[in-house]
Amino acid sequence: MSDLQKIPVTVLTGYLGAGKTTLLNRILSENHGKKYAVIVNEFGEIGIDNDLIIGADEEVFEMNNGCVCCTVRGDLVRIMDGLMKRKGKFDAIIVETTGLADPAPVAQTFFVDEDVQKNARLDAVVTVADAKWLSDRLKDAPEAKNQIAFADVIVLNKTDLVSKPELAEVEARIRGINPYAKLHRTERCKVALSDVLERGAFDLDRILEIEPEFLEAGDDHDHHHHDHDHHHHDHGHGHSHSHGGLKHYHDEDMQSLSLRTDKPLDPTKFMPWLQNLVASEGQKILRSKGILAFTDDDDRYVFQGVHMMLEGDHQRKWKDGEPRESRVVFIGRELPEQLIRDGFADCITS
Amino acid sequence: MTDFDPGESASIVSVTDRVRPLALGMGVSSVHFLGERACFVGAEENVAVVDADGDISQVAVHGGAILCSVSDGKRIVTGGDDGKVNALSAKGEVTTLATDAKRRWIDSVALHPDGAFAWSAGKTAFVRSGKAEEKSFDAPSTVGGLAFAPKGLRLAVAHYNGVTLWFPNMAAKPEFLEWAGSHLAVTFSPDNKFLVTAMHEPALHGWRLADNRHMRMSGYPGRVRSMSWSAGGKGLATSGADTVIVWPFASKDGPMGKEPAMLAPLQTKVTVVACHPKNDILACGYGDGTVLMVRLEDGAEILVRRNVGTPVAALAWNAKGTLLAFSAEDGDGGLLEL
Repeated sequence: MSDLQKIPVTVLTGYLGAGKTTLLNRILSENHGKKYAVIVNEFGEIGIDNDLIIGADEEVFEMNNGCVCCTVRGDLVRIMDGLMKRKGKFDAIIVETTGLADPAPVAQTFFVDEDVQKNARLDAVVTVADAKWLSDRLKDAPEAKNQIAFADVIVLNKTDLVSKPELAEVEARIRGINPYAKLHRTERCKVALSDVLERGAFDLDRILEIEPEFLEAGDDHDHHHHDHDHHHHDHGHGHSHSHGGLKHYHDEDMQSLSLRTDKPLDPTKFMPWLQNLVASEGQKILRSKGILAFTDDDDRYVFQGVHMMLEGDHQRKWKDGEPRESRVVFIGRELPEQLIRDGFADCITS
Repeated sequence: MTDFDPGESASIVSVTDRVRPLALGMGVSSVHFLGERACFVGAEENVAVVDADGDISQVAVHGGAILCSVSDGKRIVTGGDDGKVNALSAKGEVTTLATDAKRRWIDSVALHPDGAFAWSAGKTAFVRSGKAEEKSFDAPSTVGGLAFAPKGLRLAVAHYNGVTLWFPNMAAKPEFLEWAGSHLAVTFSPDNKFLVTAMHEPALHGWRLADNRHMRMSGYPGRVRSMSWSAGGKGLATSGADTVIVWPFASKDGPMGKEPAMLAPLQTKVTVVACHPKNDILACGYGDGTVLMVRLEDGAEILVRRNVGTPVAALAWNAKGTLLAFSAEDGDGGLLEL
């Protein structure tokens, strides 16, 4: 089955009280002509009667492959199995996680289970964040930080409850962890549903356009981020400095790293390097994504990963005039920056 | 281009021309025989009952997806995402045996030869025996599968990290057989000596019940979704590989230290297996739509359905072993009279 025929799955995360249920209720009640199957962790919270709302138990188990971070959601495997019997009755699937959940097992379920993978594709991880409390939670709740790091889309909610400087502060903190996610500021989760659903974030079509957005944040600011490799340095303590008036935070333990080259990569070097990298450093690497231009290859190669799990494939032909540029991003904790940079540089065809 | 295909027809005996084709008109997930009537369980809502003349009648059994089904030849018990456990009798009557109070999905069902039945919703397994008293057992995690032991009222409940053997009518503490991982389908050998689970990872796990010794049966490229005991319980045939894998269970050690038989290799995965109830032959269906009959002794093959269409999802023999029913996922089915 081609990727386009697979049912898109949106994973909805967010710390307790951020507004996940508000967003879900909106998705289910708004008139958008689409039908969603929704896998929720608390049945009662959804005020809408729908036979495609399914209660889940968030049962995480370790795969028997000796890899401690290869955890999957067993309940989700079972529910996906059952849902596939009703294929054609819904357009997409939304998986809500509890506020304290690590998004990794949910995302990994869509990589590792052959039957799930055959029928569904992870579309995006959407994280709802509370503008008023997120900064505090990032200090005391590792789950909240994970959820931000994992996100493809961040809905920064309850912006009406904070002042402009407070909003700038929380956005800068988010960007310090994850500069690549699309960020939407909302009140009561009022966001266009097309901005959170069926984003195709995982099929990476837009990765070359995804610039670290933190310098563009703020209405009063149109500073464009230039084309150099960007990395959020981290030396064991949080600090901030300023770029043209905008605060720029470095998170204490979560960073991102972006690599880019306009020279072709050698696939016989790159693929083993990437596989070895996630095998040895996968516990630190939360997310990885890339679009690659290989030597003597007219097709773009795309990959994405969660911890040690990777999936990738040729995606389409490079278009005429399209710059054949390779771009790779990593988000993680204590990323071994120099090791990754050196390894990547070694994969460039000389 | 011509329609002539010299491929397999030259080298394999074919009975494809003796198959009565059945257009079932719905997605199919399994098939059972009630007497001489093949009953195809749909992915949703209906069971298609095929009579001796090949006439198909649809019987509505659930309000949504049919998640599981089991049969003893006298009735088919199904569980649905409508929270109901229903039974379809040989007369074509549907009765509701149980309804989940919270309308949870019924994930698995099991039938006992004496009429008792079991079902599970979430972490809870339920049993109702002949006297209609209902008992329940809470597993440590979601129930992956259920199976009654061939003797006594004893239910195997598969879950994460093992299987619990529960005696619903006894005060005794349930026995826990531990093995790390997620256990799904579970089955007792017909002689009651072995218990085997199909795991989430591509492997089976077995226990010899006399001493709870472990048996690891691994090496599959894909998850095992279908298991079938051969006549007399001498072997356990399984799907999941590009050949039918048959594990030997004839000796007291079962498959411990032995290699399985690998039969009927094709360039596609086996999706479903069904052993003949009396003779040492089995039927197997593949991901490319092929259905074969295979002799266990020497692996000789007979072609029942060519490699067309969607994967084979359903396969069953009637109790006498004179009829073989099959269907692909998309409801393109057939009936073969031997």
